[in-house]
Amino acid sequence: MIRTRLVAQRLAFLFLLGCFFFNYPLLSIFNQGGSLFGMPSLYAWLMGSWLALIGLLALVIEGMRD
Amino acid sequence: MSHRILIADDEPNIVISLEYLLKKEGFEVAVAKNGEAVLALAGEFRPDLVLLDVMMPIKSGFEVCEGLRADAAQAHLKIIMLTAKGRETEVAKGLALGADAYITKPFSTKDLIVRIKSLLA
Amino acid sequence: MLQVWVIVLASFLYLGVLFGIAWYADHRADHGRSLIANPVVYALSLGVYCTTWTFYGSVGRAAANGIGFLPIYLGPTLLFALAGFILYRMIRVAKANRITSIADFVASRYGKSQLLGGLVTVIAVVGVIPYIALQLKAVSNSFTILSSYPEIVMPASAGAVPLFQDSALYVAMILAAFTILFGTRHLDATERHEGMVAAIAVESIVKLVAFLAVGTFVVWGLHGGVADVFARAAEVPEVARRLTRADTSAAYGSWGTLIFLSLFASLLLPRQFQIAVVENVDVKHLDRAVWLFPLYLFLINLFVLPVALAGLLHFPAGTVDADTFVLTLPMAHQQEGLALFVFIGGLSAATGMVIVETIALSTMVCNDLVMPLLLRMRWLGLAEKADLSGLLLEIRRWAIAIILGLGYLYFRVAGEAYALVSIGLISFAAVAQFAPVVIGGLFWKGGTRDGALAGLAIGFVLWAYTLLLPSFAKSGWLPEGFIAHGLFGIELLRPQHLLGLAGLDEITHCLVWSLLANVGAYIGVSLLRVPNAREARQASLFIGGTDLSGHLAWSGSAGVADLLPLASRFLGRERAEDAFMRHARSRGLHSVEELPGDARLVNFAENLLAGAIGSASARAMVSSVVSEEPLGLDEVMNILDEASQVRAYSRELEQKSLELTRATAELRQANERLRELDRMKDDFISTVTHELRTPLTSIRAFSEMLQEDPKTDLEQRSKFLGIIVSETVRLSRLINQILDLAKLESGRAEWTVAAVDVGEVIREAADSLTVLFAEKSVTLDLGGCATGLSVMADRDRLMQVMVNLLSNALKFVPAESGLVKVAARGTISEVRVSVTDNGPGIHVADHEVIFDKFRQGSGNTDVLTDKPQGTGLGLPISRQIVEYFNGRLWVESTPGNGACFIFTLPRHSGDNGPAPLQAGNDNQPGGAQ
Repeated sequence: MIRTRLVAQRLAFLFLLGCFFFNYPLLSIFNQGGSLFGMPSLYAWLMGSWLALIGLLALVIEGMRD
Repeated sequence: MSHRILIADDEPNIVISLEYLLKKEGFEVAVAKNGEAVLALAGEFRPDLVLLDVMMPIKSGFEVCEGLRADAAQAHLKIIMLTAKGRETEVAKGLALGADAYITKPFSTKDLIVRIKSLLA
Repeated sequence: MLQVWVIVLASFLYLGVLFGIAWYADHRADHGRSLIANPVVYALSLGVYCTTWTFYGSVGRAAANGIGFLPIYLGPTLLFALAGFILYRMIRVAKANRITSIADFVASRYGKSQLLGGLVTVIAVVGVIPYIALQLKAVSNSFTILSSYPEIVMPASAGAVPLFQDSALYVAMILAAFTILFGTRHLDATERHEGMVAAIAVESIVKLVAFLAVGTFVVWGLHGGVADVFARAAEVPEVARRLTRADTSAAYGSWGTLIFLSLFASLLLPRQFQIAVVENVDVKHLDRAVWLFPLYLFLINLFVLPVALAGLLHFPAGTVDADTFVLTLPMAHQQEGLALFVFIGGLSAATGMVIVETIALSTMVCNDLVMPLLLRMRWLGLAEKADLSGLLLEIRRWAIAIILGLGYLYFRVAGEAYALVSIGLISFAAVAQFAPVVIGGLFWKGGTRDGALAGLAIGFVLWAYTLLLPSFAKSGWLPEGFIAHGLFGIELLRPQHLLGLAGLDEITHCLVWSLLANVGAYIGVSLLRVPNAREARQASLFIGGTDLSGHLAWSGSAGVADLLPLASRFLGRERAEDAFMRHARSRGLHSVEELPGDARLVNFAENLLAGAIGSASARAMVSSVVSEEPLGLDEVMNILDEASQVRAYSRELEQKSLELTRATAELRQANERLRELDRMKDDFISTVTHELRTPLTSIRAFSEMLQEDPKTDLEQRSKFLGIIVSETVRLSRLINQILDLAKLESGRAEWTVAAVDVGEVIREAADSLTVLFAEKSVTLDLGGCATGLSVMADRDRLMQVMVNLLSNALKFVPAESGLVKVAARGTISEVRVSVTDNGPGIHVADHEVIFDKFRQGSGNTDVLTDKPQGTGLGLPISRQIVEYFNGRLWVESTPGNGACFIFTLPRHSGDNGPAPLQAGNDNQPGGAQ
């Protein structure tokens, strides 16, 4: 599956998305204390966006299967 | 009791010859000059037999044949198709559509009369 | 319950289970029914990335630093998102080139250099030793703590305990023994260890479950759920600090650095490379791993922060080392079973790491460090020895023992200076030095062996200087002044503030300098010269995607008699013979003896050996046997040229096939057109037949009738005869027209071309039709005809056209009121004649139809209901004639407004001279003639 150029490129896009999610400046936004869903906002953001990224990775890979 | 024959052809001279021929044999004759008129006259004139030319304006002989055969009221009607086109496909088509006989032009007048009489017998 | 013997027994039981699984998996593999050929197993085995660092150290880091433990796991997630570009390529290349370790990869890529392989091995061993020490520390500490139950006692510092009471020593010894049993039972040509992979996969499950168990216990057992933990944490200011990070650029910088660092480490650590690349069964398994492995990382990290916070809340500050919270929290609440399970989980994590890492390292040490050295020492006479497989295994066993010994040593010497996580990061930074040469090796053809050597060397030196040595200094084994004042007291050479660079944490600082120098040297030195033949070839193999496997690098030869014993020496007789037999069969031969001593055999032997002793050593061994004619740059270039020629040729082929497809399409179209024309011809013949037979019908019918009845009355008789005559005439005219048209269309008509006065022709035509016009009482107006209009044409044919147009008009105008107007005008270049009538007009749809043979516009029944007179051929003939003389004939008309037929002909400026542009106001008396 990864052999398809399209899948590889989509995954690379997710790579860039991840770089964006996991770093400054988004981190700074969530780093101001306060909470989100009962959890500290930074923790919630990181764990949440991480899980979302994993979900997107799964979607790109499994979605391309017949 | 004389049989009624409907002549359907758009060639005036052919119509004249057929009219004369048939009247001489003692048939009642009506003439239709195009396909639509044939269907209309068939209802009015109630012929026993139709001499149907294939190449006619508005509706072709084939269409008329189909139409006549579709009409239950004309179930008893005999149809002889006349045409100058003699290809086998045309013949087969005509017979398939329900014509009783198919005669190519130019025809023999004697032949024609014999055919008509045998169909009406 | 938690007495020492229980703990020990449980540990050995667990290790025994692992061993059993490994043995069973190997057994299955030997019989061809692999247990591990499964993407889930592959993804789980990657979980070996999580060691006691994850199990214990993350919580410790979280307790100190909040979410700062997390970046180490985000990096690998991102790496797998790039799987398509890096991982997939790497696995493919590794399989194609029989790569057995990361040292092998680098050595092979840069021209099969043994020196490079050795350097990579040294860096790997030195770099990973702290990491191994970390595992030993974790296991021995956790053992000590657990066995002190029910008291919670922090273990003494590493160096303090006397040697033979140090549980860490025993742990090291046991792990060494276990690993040796595990991984050096036999030599595998591909360096794959199915048993190990199966055991690691199981081990990943165990540690995940253990961590989730303790996490669940802490969050829902000790507290009322996740929100509760965070809420309580927020209440205590000290603890609440952990909920956010320092908002400084340095903090974000080091965060980003750690992500970047772990991205590379998760591929370049020897154990990661081994599992992810070497042990990979099928590259397709990578697909699922792309998201399964990150998911694993996510799950195992889910409870880290809550557990850390709970620990901080529970234990008074400074009493309990946060690294141990996963163990001490259950212990503090009398959860004996859970605590034991957690200990086993930690043991599992440590064992997995140690086994895989030391096996990978021992392979490298054996193939890339020791063997090349030993082979060089000819006085050892190794080249003559019959069976070296035993020696290879021995070397590996010793390597495992020594590495673990060094790990223990580091633990004693430097293990106290840092928390677990920090030790691990030192190793990460070491393997990060491989990144430039590995990534460059996959994407840049310009990298040379010298560049790689330079980059690695300087990177390693800087790493050691800025990170490794300071760790010794911080433990007191090197003078403290070294850190504070720099080497030889030079301030600028302070190892953690090199050249005065301040404000960075030590990891980032190390990476900045080491990678900068590494990359710079790699690229700079590589560019000093062009890659040589071998490097170029290897570069093509690793990068280009050109499959040069058909091109053999050996142009020399050696026979089976030499190569088989050589292989046997390293693989053992049985395995070597097996492999050669398979090779012979693959070439369609029946026995090993039949194998010709050609380059292909040599290549095969080299590949086979590479699996056992690394590609660099294999090359050396084979070349000692083969009488090689070394390939010059020219020859390699020829090979490469051939490859590019083949590519160019196939491009040509592609183009040709494209042209062919286009030509075929055109042919098909032409065929279609021909078939249509054929149909049209059939139609034409059919129609002509019909047209000819129709008058014949009347003729025959009337003739027969007259014949039949001689007594027909006179009136009828003359009528009939009249019809016969007229039909005969009609028939002849039709036949003439058909022949005429046929002649015109086939170009066989005869033309008499001369200057013709158009006006004259019009008048003549009109004259010939006077009678007919009069009969129908139709007016013919010739007023619009100018004089002096001359064209080059056939007079008779032009007449034919005029007659045709006039008689058509006559046919369709109403009687009495009919009016036909003819106009003829001229411009400088052409003559234009129009015939206008006031008949019923012609539908736009029929404007072209009427010029078709036999068509008389009867398709549009609004205008014509009766059968029109005429043959239907007049207009087509007229058009043929007009067009023959380069003119045009067309009609303009709308229903109800009559019709206007117009034709143009090129004007002839004859003796009359150029005709004046008259408006055609000649006053010819129009009206009926």
